[in-house]
Amino acid sequence: MAKPGHLTLRNIRKQYTVNGNAFTVLDGVSLDIAPGEFVSIVGHSGCGKSTLLRLVMGLDGEYEGEILLDGHRLRGTSLDRGIVFQEHRLFPWLSVTDNIGLALQNSPLTKAERRDAIQQHVELVGLQGFEKAWPNQLSGGMSQRVAIARALVNRPEILLLDEPFGALDALNRAKLQAELQRIWQVEGITMILVTHDVEEAIFLGDRVVVMEPRPGRIKRIVPVATPHPRVRNDCNLLQVRESVLEEFREETIETISNAA
Amino acid sequence: MSVQVIPSTPALRRAAAAVAARTRLWQGLALPVAIIVLWTVATSANWVDTRILVGPWKVVETAWFHLTHHVLWEGLGYSVARMVSGFVLGGFAGLVLGVLLGASRIGDRLVSPTLNTVKQIALFAWIPLISVWFGMGEPAKVIFIALAVFYPIVFNTYEGVRSVAREHIEVARAFEFTRWQTFRRVILPSSTPQIFTGVRLGLIYAWLATVGAEYFLKAGPGLGNIMIDGRERFLMEQVIFGVTVVGLVGFAVQIIATRLETRLLRWRTRSNA
Repeated sequence: MAKPGHLTLRNIRKQYTVNGNAFTVLDGVSLDIAPGEFVSIVGHSGCGKSTLLRLVMGLDGEYEGEILLDGHRLRGTSLDRGIVFQEHRLFPWLSVTDNIGLALQNSPLTKAERRDAIQQHVELVGLQGFEKAWPNQLSGGMSQRVAIARALVNRPEILLLDEPFGALDALNRAKLQAELQRIWQVEGITMILVTHDVEEAIFLGDRVVVMEPRPGRIKRIVPVATPHPRVRNDCNLLQVRESVLEEFREETIETISNAA
Repeated sequence: MSVQVIPSTPALRRAAAAVAARTRLWQGLALPVAIIVLWTVATSANWVDTRILVGPWKVVETAWFHLTHHVLWEGLGYSVARMVSGFVLGGFAGLVLGVLLGASRIGDRLVSPTLNTVKQIALFAWIPLISVWFGMGEPAKVIFIALAVFYPIVFNTYEGVRSVAREHIEVARAFEFTRWQTFRRVILPSSTPQIFTGVRLGLIYAWLATVGAEYFLKAGPGLGNIMIDGRERFLMEQVIFGVTVVGLVGFAVQIIATRLETRLLRWRTRSNA
């Protein structure tokens, strides 16, 4: 089992320049994520939640503040962080096995170890029998499973999920959320999920970080005390859901009164 | 009124598909057969001057003569060898330059404007220059063919490399790919379909240019000679036969290209897992 990562964000500020105007996407974001914790980040589109994930992944290095993984400042991408995007981003010219295997291109594993790791992860996401299939033969849900396997095959300390189920239909989404809960418990690693689906955030997260836009800030952090594995209609989850949705209602009222 | 029956088993479906394919084949053959019939009637009834348009039977006789003599095969061998050399030379140059321009912004800015301008020069306009610089022999012909192949391949490769999805490049970054790994594992496979469009066009252009080169740069043996010879000696049957062979070779080249493409790009089809 991989060693879970401890992530610290300190006073993150991120600006884009659009047509010569500086535009603040993130401001004063601080967050401490314990090893093995599942943290959900929710917010409207444009609140900078995906940007935050890209910074943690190391895909974007221009920001102020500090991001520390196990006490060390992040520099670029690394195999100790895995990512699943909203689109599966599989390579259409490679089979399921080869897509997962591609993630191991720079891994220290031997050939035999790689083969085992790939097979193990095919099984982890329940795709036995589809090893040789090409991505365009898979459904959206299956493709996203492959993407999860690909992100995990390097045994990262942290898995980052950027609205991974956003493009799926409701039934598949619910199924994959339950699968993700199981995978998280099996792997025991730290996971950060960015989503705009409040229910999904609460169902999976130990804590739910509510963000607000312009500039993107943390509005509130809501702990979800219900132990895993969770069921969807748990009383406590429903209560937390009410309280999180309340945050968004206030926000909407504020926006309207600001505009007036 | 016809009733559309939807076949249920795979065997039935295959049989239905075979019948449909046969019908299509017959429909496709209708026009050529009609032309040959008209041609036969027109020449045997003396509706046309048979010195200019000889009858089909004479063409068949000539064809038989050539198929059993070495001149045709030798010429065909020379022509195909020429085409292949030109294709390899021009294709390689186009592929390398296309990748470089597609992958390097500075290279793109320095070279592409010139390339796009030079492209506008009609291919056959190069012949006077080529014949002065390289003569009328083999090197001139191969260079002319290479030039014809170069353009479709360089531009399609360039487009293919340029249109690699940014999302895929990010995946490569997430897995810490080196530049070479990104090229080899992401950029190259992702641009293969577009490169193949270039290769297919390149093959067609190569054969066109081969025939053109043999016409305009006359020295040396080749399929073009059979036609030139036929025209100069006013043997229309030999000219018609030559044209037919040129067409058949072109057809064969296309089939080979299509086969190769389907094989290499299997991942784009859903059927064969």
